Amino acid sequence: MAVTKYTEEHEWVRVEGDVATVGITQYAQEQLGDVVFVEVPAVGRKVAKGEACAVVESVKAASDIYAPVAGEIVEGNAALADSPGDVNAEPTGKGWFFKLKLADKAEVDGLMDEAAYEAFVKSLG
Amino acid sequence: MVQSLDRSQGRAGGVAASAASNHGTFTGNRALQIEEPLIFEMGQPGRCGVDLPEPPKVKDRLNGLRRAGTIGLPGLSEPQVVQHYTRLSQKNYAIDMGVYPLGSCTMKHNPRINEKVARLAGIGDLHPLQPVSTVQGALELIDRLAHWLKTLTGMPAVAMSPAAGAHGEMCGMMAIAAALEAKGERAKRKVVLAPESAHGTNPATAAALGFTVKPIPANDRGRVDLAALKAALGPDVAAIMLTNPNTCGLFESEIVEISKAVHDAGAYFYCDGANFNAIVGRVRPGDLGIDCMHINLHKTFSTPHGGGGPGAGPVVLSAALAPYAPYPWIVKDGDKWRVAEDGAKVDGTPLGRLKAFHGQMGMFTRALAYIMSHGADGLKQVAEDAVLSANYVMAALKDVMSPAFEGPCMHEALFDDSFLKDTGVSTLDFAKAMIDEGYHPMTMYFPLVVHGAMLIEPTESQAKEDLDQFIGALRSLTERAKTGTAAEEFKAAPRFSPRRRLDETLAARKPILRWRPSNHPPGSDPMKQAAE
Repeated sequence: MAVTKYTEEHEWVRVEGDVATVGITQYAQEQLGDVVFVEVPAVGRKVAKGEACAVVESVKAASDIYAPVAGEIVEGNAALADSPGDVNAEPTGKGWFFKLKLADKAEVDGLMDEAAYEAFVKSLG
Repeated sequence: MVQSLDRSQGRAGGVAASAASNHGTFTGNRALQIEEPLIFEMGQPGRCGVDLPEPPKVKDRLNGLRRAGTIGLPGLSEPQVVQHYTRLSQKNYAIDMGVYPLGSCTMKHNPRINEKVARLAGIGDLHPLQPVSTVQGALELIDRLAHWLKTLTGMPAVAMSPAAGAHGEMCGMMAIAAALEAKGERAKRKVVLAPESAHGTNPATAAALGFTVKPIPANDRGRVDLAALKAALGPDVAAIMLTNPNTCGLFESEIVEISKAVHDAGAYFYCDGANFNAIVGRVRPGDLGIDCMHINLHKTFSTPHGGGGPGAGPVVLSAALAPYAPYPWIVKDGDKWRVAEDGAKVDGTPLGRLKAFHGQMGMFTRALAYIMSHGADGLKQVAEDAVLSANYVMAALKDVMSPAFEGPCMHEALFDDSFLKDTGVSTLDFAKAMIDEGYHPMTMYFPLVVHGAMLIEPTESQAKEDLDQFIGALRSLTERAKTGTAAEEFKAAPRFSPRRRLDETLAARKPILRWRPSNHPPGSDPMKQAAE
């Protein structure tokens, strides 16, 4: 059973077993506008929680994507190189950024659930 | 921003073919606004603007490698070439044509006296490889400018050679890294702090030098959050990079305390001087406790820039950082000037060279002319008028647009997009509609800390009646947007420009980086085929 959690950096984390898939939320893609470039981390890279490990560039701005939890990158979404628009079209589907093997499954528990994230977005006005 | 041909309206079908759908004229021209093809799409093969004598018959030494075919250059008469480039130049928007309110870029008037001085034969005809004995005046000019930059900033030293703002940042941060190295602290001080509103070059410079960047949040007044800064300072911090006035157009009112906290933590204070034009003659950054700062001569001191002239980014340095200034150093021995490039002959351990030759000589000349022609009182008035103009714009628009922060600003007026809420009009649409009104848009979506930001920097160059018309245009656009029924009209803007809304997303995703003749599709090499 997959569990989806959220961060204050507007990333979603879907956990299946000990692998987490990471992407940006609908709110984030709306704020960014048309995404024109995505750089995903290399497989095998070990990332700490909060470490900048991917880049998303839109017509408005370039932003870092932070590892929401610690782990080792097991896959980057190679398709985004040719179709960065997937991030706008399906931010929580085809537009995922990378998958990582969790270093500590308990870290996920500290993230927001959907209701908490929705409240957080609302608080931003 | 990358832009590309808009092929839906453009010239894919040839100039005439695209014309009818474009503007409803046979030629595609719109009055005297000419639909200009690329030079490679013009002319006839074999036509030539000059009458050259036949080459003498000599045996070539090319051993059979002589090119037989043409190389695909367009054949044009001299009037065709002159008309083409003149028409292209008329498509450009320039500070010489009107208000250029691009915030953070400081597009101020380039006084013509600067140009006159830069064209004096003894300056304009200099060559960087001339013997030093023949360029004594030029070296003195560099030293004189250095003197005034040090005086205006209240700093003891300056490195003149950096070629632009970001280059100056690199120079200053390299000096900080060298100073840390000398103290044996380079390995443990790896973090550079930068406010969230920083120019993108700040974190980029720090990262390029191997530092880790930690962002510092702003408070609700648009200034650095001092408590957050103090919490982030520690034995691992190398420096803070801070712009003052900041990119929100606000003076960092707690800068003295910031500087004290940074120094107490053993770190250095890099000040980004991009907005020095707002305080020149009024505030000496050295008095605020900074360690180094670059000065964009092309902003504060009016030398031409923006898709045209080169920049120049001299860096003023504190006594602690001065020994690391890069070569060349202009030194006076007795009554002779020389260019010092030998570590044994200067007092310090310089970084080496960051640039060929001596820096941007043409910019030095213009900047010095600007300083000398204004004088101390004039420079002070430059800052005062720039701040007054920005506050005039802010005050005249604040009842209809939404200022990002309360209170007066410095040299630029920053608005967010909350006044466009529920109108269906975005910051981008608003900016495009300004083009139809005959105005270059302001900076938009920067700084990132402000939602839908619109950053207006009028500079001291514009007369009141010109600012009044600019304000009137923005008020009119705002009123139209707020009717709530104008979204489509705004989305269609600009309507009167040579090109309509460009597809920036497509241009960024699939840029067309070179033109190819229609009979040479991608992958083929016309040069090679011509030679065959």
